[in-house]
Amino acid sequence: MALVSSLRGIGSRVVNAVWRIGYATRFFLMTLYYSGLSFRRFRLTVREIFFSGVMSLIIIIVAGMFVGMVLGLQGYETLKRYGSESALGSLVALSLVRELGPVLAALLFASRAGSAMTAEIGLMKATEQISAMEMMAVNPIARVVAPRFWAGVISMPLLAALFSAMGVFGGYVVGVVLIGVDEGSFWSQMQGAVDFRHDVMNGVIKSVVFGVAVTVISLFEGYDAPPTAEGVSGATTRTVVESSLAILMLDFMLTAFMFGE
Amino acid sequence: MERSTLDLWVGVFVVAGIAALVVLAFKVGNLSTYNVSDSYSLQANFSNIGGLKAQASIKSAGVLVGRVTGISLDTKQYEAKVMMSIDSRYQFPKDTIGKILTSGLLGEQYIGLDPGGDTVMLKSGDEIKQTQSAVVLEDMIGKFLYNKAETGK
Repeated sequence: MALVSSLRGIGSRVVNAVWRIGYATRFFLMTLYYSGLSFRRFRLTVREIFFSGVMSLIIIIVAGMFVGMVLGLQGYETLKRYGSESALGSLVALSLVRELGPVLAALLFASRAGSAMTAEIGLMKATEQISAMEMMAVNPIARVVAPRFWAGVISMPLLAALFSAMGVFGGYVVGVVLIGVDEGSFWSQMQGAVDFRHDVMNGVIKSVVFGVAVTVISLFEGYDAPPTAEGVSGATTRTVVESSLAILMLDFMLTAFMFGE
Repeated sequence: MERSTLDLWVGVFVVAGIAALVVLAFKVGNLSTYNVSDSYSLQANFSNIGGLKAQASIKSAGVLVGRVTGISLDTKQYEAKVMMSIDSRYQFPKDTIGKILTSGLLGEQYIGLDPGGDTVMLKSGDEIKQTQSAVVLEDMIGKFLYNKAETGK
């Protein structure tokens, strides 16, 4: 009997997971379908860009600075052994522009803005604001979900670019100003190694993909949350876990596509 | 619809993000030194390209003049066919020699162009006829051992 019930448990979990994936896909397509309003009344989207993008500025700038500074220090220590400290610029810039910029900015965005989106929508649902909108013939997906989605998609590449630029600046401060790597070779090696289309644009594409993934996960978790205090808190946790995993997995796939020749 | 401080902050954010992208393009990347629009293409066959990759630089007298755009195997002669995009500011004579060289002892490989004396210039789509392949370490060691064995007799 124990075997049967455990099999039944596994079966229902699988069915539930597939069910949720289907629901999430339909939710994503509905969001795209009802996106017209978020551009006709662009104010709604601007407001959400403020809450998700502008409010994440400080954490992105400070984190980017420090990541670049650590890269500068560690890179210098390793490169010194091979007598190629002048390659520090290309090391810092390539690792930031290709990987760390988009990935870390997206992870920070997921925990800073994504969790807030989930909590907000979950709470709107718990306090029956979503049902009230439906009663007033206002489509909640068009009014609440789509502007947040587009705000995330617009903010993410800008935040990732800021992160990378601040990181390069941090690497410059540690490498050139504090340690004393030659400034000319720092920048020229960097410019020789970083290709605009191959490295910078692929980083931007990555961050757009991460933006879509993080906002869809956050909004869906909020929309799907059980309308209780416990449900909202569980949904917020799931948002952070699921979007972090999604970012890292997507990053592997995108890197294999873009840089694996 | 009135302006609010919220719009100002969103404006600051968007401007800062675009400025960061511009910095990445011009200060960190090579957009300022490498112009994609004004270029013409050449091709060359090498019997062995060693470790040459797409996007490798093409230099003449040490000056960067272009990039490798594609590499494929020519199945008629079983040679490597290298497509190159050259900055149109630089023209090369018809009898230019293309060599695969290595920057430093273990550095990355690039194509060096040695211009000849012909008065006719290469046009877009032309082929560089005279080429010199990459030096493959295993072949060199093999030759060395072979010579050693012959003289040792």
